[in-house]
Amino acid sequence: MPDRADDAAGLSRRNFLTAIGVAAAGYLAGCTPEVREAFFQKHFRELSPKEVEARMARLRADYSQRFGQDVNVSALPAQAGVLFGYALDLSRCIGCRRCVYACVKENNQSRDPQIQWIRVLEMEKDKGIDFEEANPYYDPETVPDADHFYLPVACQQCRTPQCTKVCPVGATWQEPDGIVVIDYDWCIGCRCCMAACPYGARHFNWGEPHIPAAELNPNMHYLGNRPRPRGVVEKCTFCVQRVRNGRYPACVEICPVGARKFGNLLDRESEISRILRDKRVFVLKAELKTEPKFYYFYGL
Amino acid sequence: MGPLGFITTSVRFILHGGKAYWVWVGCLLALMIWGGLAYIDQFRYGLIVTNMRDQVSWAFYIGNFTFLVGVAAAAVILVIPAYIYHWGPIKEVALLGEILAISAIVMCLLFVAVDMGRPDRFWHLIPGIGHMNFPSSVLAWDVLVLNLYLVLNLTIVTHLLYTGMQGRHYNQRLVVPLVLFSIPAAVGIHTVTAFIYAGLPGRPYWNASILAPRFLCSAFCSGPAVMLVLFQILQRTTKIAIKDAAIWKIAELMAYAMFVNLFLLGAEIFKEYYSATEHLIHLQYLFTGVRGHHALVPYAWTYVSCGIVAFLLFLFPATRRNVVTLNLGCLLIYASVYIEKGMGLVMPAFTPDVLGEIYEYTPTLHELRIGAAIFSTGFLVFTILCRIAIPIMTGEFAAVRAVVPGTAGKLEAHAGAALPT
Repeated sequence: MPDRADDAAGLSRRNFLTAIGVAAAGYLAGCTPEVREAFFQKHFRELSPKEVEARMARLRADYSQRFGQDVNVSALPAQAGVLFGYALDLSRCIGCRRCVYACVKENNQSRDPQIQWIRVLEMEKDKGIDFEEANPYYDPETVPDADHFYLPVACQQCRTPQCTKVCPVGATWQEPDGIVVIDYDWCIGCRCCMAACPYGARHFNWGEPHIPAAELNPNMHYLGNRPRPRGVVEKCTFCVQRVRNGRYPACVEICPVGARKFGNLLDRESEISRILRDKRVFVLKAELKTEPKFYYFYGL
Repeated sequence: MGPLGFITTSVRFILHGGKAYWVWVGCLLALMIWGGLAYIDQFRYGLIVTNMRDQVSWAFYIGNFTFLVGVAAAAVILVIPAYIYHWGPIKEVALLGEILAISAIVMCLLFVAVDMGRPDRFWHLIPGIGHMNFPSSVLAWDVLVLNLYLVLNLTIVTHLLYTGMQGRHYNQRLVVPLVLFSIPAAVGIHTVTAFIYAGLPGRPYWNASILAPRFLCSAFCSGPAVMLVLFQILQRTTKIAIKDAAIWKIAELMAYAMFVNLFLLGAEIFKEYYSATEHLIHLQYLFTGVRGHHALVPYAWTYVSCGIVAFLLFLFPATRRNVVTLNLGCLLIYASVYIEKGMGLVMPAFTPDVLGEIYEYTPTLHELRIGAAIFSTGFLVFTILCRIAIPIMTGEFAAVRAVVPGTAGKLEAHAGAALPT
């Protein structure tokens, strides 16, 4: 009987697993149906349209109750024939960080601990773009400073993203309209994507995120600005909740000098297409072949 | 003896020990509780109780994980020289290696678990009920191979102990192929773990083809260092006949491994410093400090000098045969590789971060406590498994008579000392 030992080990393991299973089942039986449903939910991309609607309804109810106001959570999919692109005019940016704060408000980023999807780097003019010399914590009386220029960095929405490739559970992916998104309900918080991202675009909820109810943006998208739980990764989504409804991202709208341009790369007549045609653009860390859809250029 | 008898006998072995044994187990349990309480804090408040932040998003936990994958891999690889050089008790070497591998893998999985932001969602990783991003994600590969390796070693160890307890010879057609398979699997777990890092173009400190070979070399040092100390303890406290020559041979092999390890490090240092591109800054941060930030510099020089001294101690026959310098060498190698994989591998890659910011990381007390608890858990697993294995191997457990060749002569003398069954 050569396999007796395996049977024995199998048996004890099986008993052990059964015990764990019974304990877990007992624990979950004591939970409310909502908690059970949230725990055992499926991967977002495997949901049927009906299941998507049910999940949005559950989240609407959940957030409305938590923040004491009417909240809308949409799961509006990408439109056919749309590929979003972004261009930032470095010769116009004055480093005022209005984009940073508009983004925080629009996208319900945690105020405590602070999370900001856009990082504006102050660079020395005579050194050009050199990350080693960059200062993200510049704090002068007024901007722009005569000896410096400013380089805002957020998610570069790569065509070949490193972050989605390394995610062990497929919790982050590129949508058909080119936006790289995260399912906050599927992310396990391993932070492999943060190690992989060459742009520091991904941010982790190290602690419980806090948003004052009065400052909540109630127009939410499931893959975008809905409140995140603790222990998951988040990042810029080009304001998916806005752009899929024909609006500009909040940072484009707020920019006082018009340095930020946004549009459909597949539309030859869009502003973004014209910039790519008429200006000379570049991307950050082009040597890594991440092929960002976020371009920089000097318009003046 | 059925499965139930196996379990009850095992439990009896575990509960049978002297004062020193219970003090040891008590210390481990105390550390587990102390660290477990820290983990409760982390579970309640999140990873904010650590000093990891967006700039340094992996640190102490992942460094320990990487180190322990090396220990798990190298312990089993010792089977090869044991076979080639006729050390005698191959089965004992293999069994102890597998037991060490099990303990190390348990610690690896625990370190990954405590590093997860959402440990409640670990099941998302399980193929079938979860959604594994396979084959694209190297981390998914790592989860697979680590668990496979754990199951493999558990199967071998359980089978050997169970048949040993029954006084039967183990099933050669099961054990031999599995042990042989566990050797490439050991190389595999460490290679895949290295590829998690080496595959990231955004982190130049890791994105080098030399990384996997360096991992294997340092593992060939650290894994055997643990085994060497263990063999000496067993030599003195039990009847297991491990030859001195075998121990010296391991030390010699470790000297070669450490030489290759230092050589590969030198190759990297030359390439980075001589070409002096923007990639150099991470190595500079490690060895000399950058812009007034020096947190890792003492660690870096400690690990290099420990490695060099240990290499010299193990290179010369006189010092590797001297019990004091031999164990000093083991300690130095262990320290060297532990620092290299912990502080030296993970932190410099994140410092400065991808946008040039320097955030100096040092672990919090919570992280150290949780780390201590995990190491204690690993030591406890190891202690318990040895507690079962050693009486069977030495023949103190009477039924083992027919199984252990080479100890048959000593068995009669100890039959009277057998434990009650």
